[in-house]
Amino acid sequence: MSNNLKFAKSHEWVSVDESGLATVGISDYAQSALGDVVFVDLPKIGATVSASAEVAVVESVKAASDIYTPVSGEIVEINTALQTAPDLINSSPLDAGWLYRIKLTNVAELDGLLDEKAYAAVCE
Amino acid sequence: MSKRTVLYQKHLDAGGKIVDFAGWEMPINYGSQLAEHKQVREHAGVFDVSHMTIVDIHGTDALAYLRKLVTNDVAKLDVPGRALYTGMLNEAGGVVDDLIVYRMQDHYRVVVNCATREKDLAWLAAVAGSFAVTLAERPELAILAVHGPEAIERVCTLLPAEWQPVVGALGNFRCVELGDWFIARTGYTGEKGLEVMLPASQAPAFWDQLLAAGVLPIGLGARDTLRLEAGMNLYGHDMDESISPLAANMEQTISWMPEDRDFVGRAAVTLHKQQQLAGTLPILIGLVLESRGVLREGQKVITDKGDGIITSGTFSPTLNCSIALARVPVGTTDCHVELRGGQTAVRMVKPNFVRFGKKVFE
Repeated sequence: MSNNLKFAKSHEWVSVDESGLATVGISDYAQSALGDVVFVDLPKIGATVSASAEVAVVESVKAASDIYTPVSGEIVEINTALQTAPDLINSSPLDAGWLYRIKLTNVAELDGLLDEKAYAAVCE
Repeated sequence: MSKRTVLYQKHLDAGGKIVDFAGWEMPINYGSQLAEHKQVREHAGVFDVSHMTIVDIHGTDALAYLRKLVTNDVAKLDVPGRALYTGMLNEAGGVVDDLIVYRMQDHYRVVVNCATREKDLAWLAAVAGSFAVTLAERPELAILAVHGPEAIERVCTLLPAEWQPVVGALGNFRCVELGDWFIARTGYTGEKGLEVMLPASQAPAFWDQLLAAGVLPIGLGARDTLRLEAGMNLYGHDMDESISPLAANMEQTISWMPEDRDFVGRAAVTLHKQQQLAGTLPILIGLVLESRGVLREGQKVITDKGDGIITSGTFSPTLNCSIALARVPVGTTDCHVELRGGQTAVRMVKPNFVRFGKKVFE
């Protein structure tokens, strides 16, 4: 999944498959900074969201963190495994710890996001 | 300039994530705070608390001085090898710090908080005034706290054979000097365990032996969730110089008798007692959030008697829900907090949530 990852400065990642469906999660840097995640509030399936809107909350032992969607579209799937195993975000932030899938309404938004190298520079 | 304990390299070797803690570079966790918390509740873990401040008190007036300095009565330590938890107050009856006083063979030892070191040392010196005492900070000692149901047994396997029965038999708040080591059954987790004060030069080797014996390193993150589950106060959060010990669940640390013992702050805290009886002094209680979310320090508590405030809040790994300490008006019977989506009811309990691995409230 990591070959086509794009990142937002607010530490979310987006990965787009061939059909134009995007998966969103939080970065390894973000999960490490948050520490052990204990609750996750996910958006509703069917909700239409605009880029930069607050769509989810990841709460760790240390702090609650708002998650901003890096892309606009319709939420089509959420990672229900996180309800019982929120620690997947810590153990597998870029894979099993994904948050939601979204049908993109503006593919051009992807161009405004960072590639892995540029994102790594943000985290330094 | 940030400071490091003698075990700094050991923390890095163990994968410790280093953060600033009151000017010290300390490990917040070694991977997972939740796993470390569980390790202490179920097995044994070691905390490097060498950043805490040890002060030895010598002199013919040592006892008289301590009976003036702190709220608990150090005269209760009738023989060497005993310890007590106490607060020390300013003249206005606010809490300068909380500390443990140990009676050793020929002197007393106090351990105070790291974040309050400078003001505490100044306060200790100021109260010393005309007492015939000498105060000696002991920065050349390290402190390792080893806690958990298996902690004492595992530490004992690493000690010389002649020390083992002595340390193994230590009761709660008992301590013993063994050569240049000092071992006490005190701690900050709600589990059995030991605090080992030893020459800093010997600490790295002892750390390695503990890890080899299956005692895992525990960071400051789990130290905080463990102490909060045990209902123990954290200075600067649950109490400070503006707070009466009576409003911080510290009444059991005040020895009111004998009446002629004039400890610093006695007059003020006697007035606080009258306020408490009149119902005008707030109290520190425990809160449990049984629904989703985490209570956080500084959050407002809405009660039937007016507003209160959360002084410490976290997720309790043992109870799998959020817990907090909160200061609320006396007589409060109903508490709500503002969470996402509106006001949520929280349960009031005694400020003690977990002891020896088990939930302690109904």
